[in-house]
Amino acid sequence: MADTGYRTIVTDGLWHNNQALVALLGLCPLLAVTNTAINGLGLGLATTAVLVSSNTTVSLIRNLVRPEVRLPVFVMVIASFVTAIELGMNAYFHELHKILGIFIPLIVTNCAIIGRAEAFASKNNLQRSIVDGLSIGIGFTLVLVTLGGMRELVGQGTLFDQAHLMFGEAAKGMTLKIEDFPGMLIAILPPGAFIGLGLLIMVKNLIDKRVAARTAMKIETSEGAAGVTS
Amino acid sequence: MEFQTHSSPHTSRPNRVDRVMLQVIMALIPGTAAMIFYFGWGVLLNVILAVGAAVGFEALVMKLRGRPVLPPLFDLSAALTALLFAIAVPPLLPWWMVVLGMAFAIIMVKQMYGGLGYNPFNPAMAAYVLLLISYPIEMTSWLPPMLLAEHSLGLGEVLSIKFVGTLPQGLTMDAITMATPLDEMRTQLDLNQMISEIRTSPLWGDFGGQGWEWVGNWFLMGGIWMVYKRTITWQIPLSFLGGLVGMATLFWLFDPESFPFPLFHVFSGGAILGAFFIATDPVTASTTRVGQLIYGAAIGILVYIIRTWGGYPDAVAFAVLLMNMAAPTIDYYTRPRVYGHGGVKGG
Repeated sequence: MADTGYRTIVTDGLWHNNQALVALLGLCPLLAVTNTAINGLGLGLATTAVLVSSNTTVSLIRNLVRPEVRLPVFVMVIASFVTAIELGMNAYFHELHKILGIFIPLIVTNCAIIGRAEAFASKNNLQRSIVDGLSIGIGFTLVLVTLGGMRELVGQGTLFDQAHLMFGEAAKGMTLKIEDFPGMLIAILPPGAFIGLGLLIMVKNLIDKRVAARTAMKIETSEGAAGVTS
Repeated sequence: MEFQTHSSPHTSRPNRVDRVMLQVIMALIPGTAAMIFYFGWGVLLNVILAVGAAVGFEALVMKLRGRPVLPPLFDLSAALTALLFAIAVPPLLPWWMVVLGMAFAIIMVKQMYGGLGYNPFNPAMAAYVLLLISYPIEMTSWLPPMLLAEHSLGLGEVLSIKFVGTLPQGLTMDAITMATPLDEMRTQLDLNQMISEIRTSPLWGDFGGQGWEWVGNWFLMGGIWMVYKRTITWQIPLSFLGGLVGMATLFWLFDPESFPFPLFHVFSGGAILGAFFIATDPVTASTTRVGQLIYGAAIGILVYIIRTWGGYPDAVAFAVLLMNMAAPTIDYYTRPRVYGHGGVKGG
């Protein structure tokens, strides 16, 4: 565990151990707020911020906390950061905060965060924990934004609707809209979240399968070539 | 006189998938013909479009999965799904919605779970619900039956509405479409009308709406023929209608002016079609005899509950999908005792 390189940590967080597509953690906010790409991005960034801060703190105090009380301590650490970030969002992104509502405080209960604190940060040094928090968080955010974008596009024919909530008035031009598209309401509604996530997982597994098949073929051919030359 | 005696085995007829599917399709013909008679060309166009789309998507998926393309096309299961879907949706539904529904039914609901025999949900009903949730206005704009229509649409007019979206000169969508009898009953009851007042409108026949009840009759005949031919068992249709009539009678006796009489529920909407053709789908229904009784009755009760207090006027699709989910559990708890195992104490 301690010997894994930074490259492994990053690829694990973004792809091989993606918390949303592989571990299937944090599904409650994932399914609930991803009706637009911007909502997904907002929640994703908030989660990433909490992950990095909690991983940092947990890694720093990992030798001070007795194993018997570690879980309550971790939860306290996470809850403090979530509270801080919630207040911050309320101050600087008030409209977005209103839309995301209860799901910001609920980041506390996101299993992905306590999972990383317990499984990674409490066993690794500071730099590695920060890198892990960042890559896990970005992997989670990418899924949120992709799923949100998909649902928004199919459901109402727009992409990055209400971008000004996040990036200010200047970003109003970011919104893309398909004219005369009636939209499929189901994509915005809860069933669309489940179907969309299922499709994303399907695509991920398909890509993994293709890659595995290709590497297997490559190994075979290189072995064959080696056999001929030797 | 000489009696011939054969030794076992006594297999008499091949009960293959395509044969069963063909029998169901044949049983659907009288009801479908009645619908074409009452609601015009739109129904026929829906059937042609849906069957074409379903068979096309089935072939496409089979090719992608690297399986033989032709056998699944000739087992008629995709055609049956398409036919059930086509007679459940409104006649004037835009063509692309029909195709979209079939794409969802065949690709997502049927083939992604492994194809015929593996799908946990009824594909036709899942597609119907998808469209109903996504496009509630289009999915609830029915044509009035022929006898009531002020303007009956010709083939050309129906084609132009379905494919281009242009209405005949001087007519609006509201003028040519009408709510279904179930919808009408709900709306009027919500306005605190009494049922004896509501039923003075010419919309109503003996039990359900004009025209609608006759369509129901023809489906009923097809269904009884299927029970007679043992294509389906009697348990599901009987318990379905029993559950529905039981609930309806209870509330009707309690207050006949605000709860419609039981036969209204049987002959309205998709109750008969659902009882004989949709709930009996062998793949998604419960398989044990006792389980089928529970499964059917639960659908009937759910249909009444959703129709009376739910947000949508008809409920067969929702009730069937909900019970599809419960079918494996029902089967688990109603497994018949294997001879020689379990049973009475000391057995």
